Amino acid sequence: MARVAVTVPASAKRGEIIEIKTLAQHTMETGFRRTQTGELVPRDIITEFVCRYNGVEIFRAELRQAMAANPLIAFTTVATESGTLEFTWTGDNGYLANQKAEIKVV
Amino acid sequence: MTSRRQFLAIACGTVAAGQLYAQLDPNIQAKRKAALEAAIAKVVGDAPLREGKVKLDVPPLIDNGNTVPITVTVDSPMSASNHVKTIHLFTEKNPQPYVITAHLGPRAGRAMLSTRARIADTGRVIAIAELSDGTFWSDTVSVVVTLSACLEDGLI
Repeated sequence: MARVAVTVPASAKRGEIIEIKTLAQHTMETGFRRTQTGELVPRDIITEFVCRYNGVEIFRAELRQAMAANPLIAFTTVATESGTLEFTWTGDNGYLANQKAEIKVV
Repeated sequence: MTSRRQFLAIACGTVAAGQLYAQLDPNIQAKRKAALEAAIAKVVGDAPLREGKVKLDVPPLIDNGNTVPITVTVDSPMSASNHVKTIHLFTEKNPQPYVITAHLGPRAGRAMLSTRARIADTGRVIAIAELSDGTFWSDTVSVVVTLSACLEDGLI
């Protein structure tokens, strides 16, 4: 089960810049490591992260093997209106994780 | 006088080291450098890459290369006409140079990206920002890594 966590302020003033922190539980197996018998461990990473604010994409990132395990991504956005922030992580082997956060803009 | 046990330990160590070095590509440094240059060229194209505007925040001495906190900030008003479109992050000594590519826009408010990367070996970390006017700006930081990520790849 994909476990993810996001930190979004519950409320913000209109026009305020808010910081969003996201964390996904994932080993981010690089595909460069070998087992004790010398076989390569196949790559298994999160390849893309998208954040949508009321359905509009505000941030997107392409991830590679050089991301640490349990990738943390922190970014900012302007609080424009009350609504939902939707986060999506996609990756190898059909990995898909979703998370939603509500924000109240006053 | 070498005891039987010591001899065995040395012999095993030598064989193991030999096997490790046999896996190593003698041109690995040159190949990594070429891969990094190719990756940067792919992003920048023919446009000139200038130093400045970008601030890359990485600890200069890294105890554990498996999780290295990296923060990139770009000096930009982030308005509709003048904002940061993309932030790219590269490392010099990893088996592949890419770390992350982040797409931002004027709605970001501030051009800031914070993440955690794996860094295989002492070397450079490079952040490149593409602005909405099509110019590219970069910042390079040299870091020292004591415990490397992906050690089994035989990078040292």
